[in-house]
Amino acid sequence: MADTALDHLKANGRIVVVGASLAGLRGAETLREKGFKGSLTMIGDEPYEPYDRPPLSKQALLGMGTAEGTALPRRRDIDAEWRLGVAASGLDMAARRVKLADGDEVPYDRLLIATGVRARPWPNQAEGELDGVFVLRTRDDGVALARRLDAGPRRVLVIGAGFTGSEIASACRERGVEVTVAERADAPLVGALGGVIGAVAAELHRENGVDLRTGIMVTALEGDSTGRVRAAHFSDGTSLECDVVVVSLGAQRNTDWLAGSGLGAGPRGIACDAGCRAFDIRGIVTDDIFVAGDVARSPHPLFGYQFLSLEHWGNAVSQAETAAHNMLSESTDRRPHIWVPAFWSSQFGVSIKSVGVPSMGTEIMITQGSRAERRFTGVYGYQGRVIGAVTFDNSRWLQFYQQQIEATAPFPPPFPTVDRRPEGQKPLPADFPDPSVPTHGPTVTLSGYSPADRRLTFTPAGH
Amino acid sequence: MLRLVVDLNRCQGYAQCAFLAPDVFAMHGDEGLLYDPQAQDAQRERVAQAVAACPVQAILVDELDMAAAGSGAPAATGEASDG
Repeated sequence: MADTALDHLKANGRIVVVGASLAGLRGAETLREKGFKGSLTMIGDEPYEPYDRPPLSKQALLGMGTAEGTALPRRRDIDAEWRLGVAASGLDMAARRVKLADGDEVPYDRLLIATGVRARPWPNQAEGELDGVFVLRTRDDGVALARRLDAGPRRVLVIGAGFTGSEIASACRERGVEVTVAERADAPLVGALGGVIGAVAAELHRENGVDLRTGIMVTALEGDSTGRVRAAHFSDGTSLECDVVVVSLGAQRNTDWLAGSGLGAGPRGIACDAGCRAFDIRGIVTDDIFVAGDVARSPHPLFGYQFLSLEHWGNAVSQAETAAHNMLSESTDRRPHIWVPAFWSSQFGVSIKSVGVPSMGTEIMITQGSRAERRFTGVYGYQGRVIGAVTFDNSRWLQFYQQQIEATAPFPPPFPTVDRRPEGQKPLPADFPDPSVPTHGPTVTLSGYSPADRRLTFTPAGH
Repeated sequence: MLRLVVDLNRCQGYAQCAFLAPDVFAMHGDEGLLYDPQAQDAQRERVAQAVAACPVQAILVDELDMAAAGSGAPAATGEASDG
């Protein structure tokens, strides 16, 4: 019987994918590859076919390609009905229907949610709407920012020195544009990589001519009489004249449309099991709703089964493939999504890469190379095991350390390594900020064990 | 146009692509790679060589674009047939 139902789904079923970006596209391609012949609907709030976002803060700002020209290559034709430019606005789990912002409703037999994240806006709306104030997440954001940088601004202010903010500052300097970076923490990238590496990142900023201001907050943006931004005010009482401001304060998960649906969705994402099936708010796993990409949070055996939220390109691809496979599989044929977190950044001419969950690390050891040379490998330790690694222009070592993480190898590494320097003889405190204080762009977030969200309203049964 | 994307988790900066298709791929620093995600049609052959030569097979080129190349049909037929 079960086989029959699955065969029927594959031949005649209706699959809806909400979110037409990297995860949604790769999920859809995998569904077709696995033999899904039914109807496939792709829903996306942006009017564009799936495009790649990492280039928007890198080559699109440097004139190698454009922000309009990052459409993702297709692995295959997905023969889908595209509903682009219209956001999903609600979900009726009982009736199995997705509601759209234009009032339409789309029925499904299986649903894949890949709605991702959006840029966290500047908290003061009026200031955020000043001409010259940008965020960078979408193609439209990228086009607008690139155009303004082309016009030759006098000074750019980047608020937030996470990866995106640092990449934007790097692009500005490469183009000869004066740039100030304001960061609340003590150094760039500390949320993702800790203070030891943050100090190296701070030197990179300053050596490249960035006016880096740390331990400081922007308290207000000021516009002129025509509504153009002209200055920013800081928490230390100083102010700065600037004609472009890029707000780079991390991301918010696109789960608002699921409010009241009964799905385990909230500000930290949509909880799902290792097989990508979404939990409802009662902590019961659904069997027809799957989640992938930045909006998902799922338990990982290598990291204490805590739910991991990953804003990683590679995770979006891998999780979408796993979700699609599981959507068309019997329960015993399903696969767990146990991808080891990995990401990259490129800034100030240095390739920064990481594997594992550095932010779990309490110690770091520089096992190869030297921080002073900007070419090194740092290994993070947690409770006597290797939990993460970072490389600056040293990416060929990462695969080895990924294997160490997967094998829960001991920390500090008991073996000698080539190119070990005096600074790499002993572990150092990794110096992460208090995890209860949010930082910009941590890229990996541990979000506990609860499949329900903090905003869960608990109503006892029978009352 | 020929769409492409490089999996930069895989890329280790061997620079084969930058030698074979320098108008599409360029090294940026010692290990970093910049590339144009939409290469000109004239670059098709060079990009195909770069894809084949990449030691870590990190470059993905649009299957539909490549299929269209042989027939001389316009590239990027994907959206059209997807409706």
